[in-house]
Amino acid sequence: LTAVKALRLIEVEYEQYEPILTAEAALREGAIEIHEGTKNIIAQSEYHLGDLHEALAQADEIFEDEFSTSTVQPCALENHSAYAYMDGSGRIVVCTSTQIPHICRRVVGQALGIPWGRVRVIKPFVGGGFGSKQDVVVEPLVAFLTTVVGGRPVKLAFTREETFVASRVRHAIYFKFKTGVKKDGAIVASALKAVSVNGGYASHGHAIVDNSGEKFRHLYDQQAIKFEATTVYTNMPSAGAMRGYGIPQVMFALDCHMEDIARALQMDPLLFRLKNLNKEGYTDTLLGIVAHTNGLPECIARGRQLIRWDEKKAVRRRQTGSKRRGLGMACFCYTAGTYPLNLEIAGARIVMNQDGSVQLQVGAVEMGQGSDTVFSQMAAETIGIPVDMVHLISEQDTEITPFDTGAYASRQTYISGMAVKKAAAEIKDKVLRHCRVMTDIPPQDLDIVDAWIVYQHNGARIMPLAEVALDGYYNLAHAAPFTADVTNSAGTNALSYGCTFTEVEVDLATGKVEVLEIYNVHDSGKIINPQLAEGQVHGGVSMGLGYALYEQMIFDPGTGKPLNNNFLDYKLITTMDTPEIGVGFVETDEPTAPYGNKSMGEPPVMSPAPAIRNAILDATGIKFNELPMNPHRLFERFKAEGLI
Amino acid sequence: MIAKKISCSVNGRKVALEVDVRASLLDILRDSLHLTGVKKGCSVGECGACTVLIDGEPYDSCIYLAVWADGKDINTIEGEYKEGKLSKVQQAFVDEGAVQCGFCTPGFIMSTTAMAQSGRKFTREEIKRELSGHMCRCTGYQNIIKAAQKALED
Repeated sequence: LTAVKALRLIEVEYEQYEPILTAEAALREGAIEIHEGTKNIIAQSEYHLGDLHEALAQADEIFEDEFSTSTVQPCALENHSAYAYMDGSGRIVVCTSTQIPHICRRVVGQALGIPWGRVRVIKPFVGGGFGSKQDVVVEPLVAFLTTVVGGRPVKLAFTREETFVASRVRHAIYFKFKTGVKKDGAIVASALKAVSVNGGYASHGHAIVDNSGEKFRHLYDQQAIKFEATTVYTNMPSAGAMRGYGIPQVMFALDCHMEDIARALQMDPLLFRLKNLNKEGYTDTLLGIVAHTNGLPECIARGRQLIRWDEKKAVRRRQTGSKRRGLGMACFCYTAGTYPLNLEIAGARIVMNQDGSVQLQVGAVEMGQGSDTVFSQMAAETIGIPVDMVHLISEQDTEITPFDTGAYASRQTYISGMAVKKAAAEIKDKVLRHCRVMTDIPPQDLDIVDAWIVYQHNGARIMPLAEVALDGYYNLAHAAPFTADVTNSAGTNALSYGCTFTEVEVDLATGKVEVLEIYNVHDSGKIINPQLAEGQVHGGVSMGLGYALYEQMIFDPGTGKPLNNNFLDYKLITTMDTPEIGVGFVETDEPTAPYGNKSMGEPPVMSPAPAIRNAILDATGIKFNELPMNPHRLFERFKAEGLI
Repeated sequence: MIAKKISCSVNGRKVALEVDVRASLLDILRDSLHLTGVKKGCSVGECGACTVLIDGEPYDSCIYLAVWADGKDINTIEGEYKEGKLSKVQQAFVDEGAVQCGFCTPGFIMSTTAMAQSGRKFTREEIKRELSGHMCRCTGYQNIIKAAQKALED
């Protein structure tokens, strides 16, 4: 009661600050610093390639343009959630929906100031991540709280509303392009300035905009490039990784800019791109990444054919009605993993059972993209057994599974896949060597096909694999079960490519855009599992359509409060908004990859937004340089331009 | 807490429970009956992940009070796998690659199952409309629509 009385006597005065919701507000002279001494800047960076001034001096024309993208949320259907408890020996067990169990273990250890070995992280099935779970969000708190309550279980499960504002979002980035071009359409140089909007905490921080600065230079040939980037703190939700890691943002800016240049030069936008694309053999002088394969010209040819580009262009006359149709396309390129900027290591372990089947353990993370399936295919293919003889442990447990940095950067099929291949090759080698003990036939004359030991030269069956496996366990003189434990440290990277072709119908009266046709054509190297790869393209294109046309987190400018942090007000695409998504693959054979494969998971989300924008431009003559291109924005602009 | 006794049938089994009058059917299915195939994506009837059949009709169980389930016949995804066999709808989802992370899948399957049990014919457009209350972030709905078409054939 005394406390209640005392409470009444306390008068609180609040000084209300203006929320900082944009880069301009964060960088304004005298802006309140969200973290003291930072001037609201998380980091700044720049790089130069060649001499920009000298190169620009050779240009016949210089084009400048600005683009901006919106803040969107990954919207994995499963919210962020984790629980923790302490086991009998006082260790902390964290069970969490994460893309990075092994990194999570380290961060929890660091956060609690305890040896990392005292933390055990378990990753069960994950209900989608798309990058927002490539960060440690709820885990350190539950790990700490269980220590406070004597090791009893503590759970923290975000509501949908909390996931929107308190997990991670995609950075909104402002881009300013300056590009010099020759009369014949050859690009000579470009300068790109970028300002990336983060929230109150750094998370992946400046790395996202830096990545956009790296990837954009791999697509088109240029003599000189200058890139400058700044990432700022704001009162927006913290931004982190999201499918594409800065590339959907920069490809929107880049390939809208390219479209505008081609049109200004009165060149066919397809020919303009084909003329300027980096070719096979391109070597990035800053990182040393080599394009051993580049199927983009064929991807463009395929997309052009699928949408019947030439035919439709030929019959399209000047349109005057309220509904106008247009064609658009855009390209992208991407890498597989983060090497050489970061170390890329992945572990795989195989134990052959007595019946010739195998236990496969990987440190890589399945979260719906199908990695477990392709790793099983890889092990089966390399050893020479049917895929149902591969038993993969899907649950990640830092106590059991080998180390891998996790599911991000479209790295797993390329990097963890190589670990699986090496482990499987080692198993096969051990099996064939043991055959020699049993048969006296030299290993180089043998092979394993469909779980049979066969002669390599004619495929004649010698004995079932199961017989060798069993002997490996019970041979009195030579028993040594066949096992392999491999870590792959990738010293390579590979560039994947692709493009989107689309036809839209714009209703000038309502500002609504209907996507009539859309095709994504990818050079992701060899496709390991066509059905799963198609699924990745469907999902990525769908996310890209949302990015282009609907999605945007909105905040009250006066208070900074979120206005649409739920699925009713944040427009997520449904079955009703989904056009048929056409998929094409141009299969190249990447020599640095385990099976000729390149990145697949993130690429599909990179080019739909600029392709839609370019199609709207084709239909209406209006350039929309800001995402999303929702009816509200289109309608206002059409009114301002006198179209309605 | 005010509690009330209810009895209902869940996946063909009679169940008697004492439930908090404020509890949703979703809470009871997950926390009391441990039917965790019923997914919680939003808790307010927006995403469709918690869809179950109540007397054959699909409902968002997160906005259906547990007390309303008294005397009802409830079916969840856990009841669809019978005698070691997937249902026709489940098998179609597997065959068409309609599952990625799987979080939205139980809801889609239950709604499609209700459509299959209705005996009606559905056009592709009608299927899209029927399933529009379910959100999926992985698949772009392409293979889900295909799977539903396949399951609703003949």
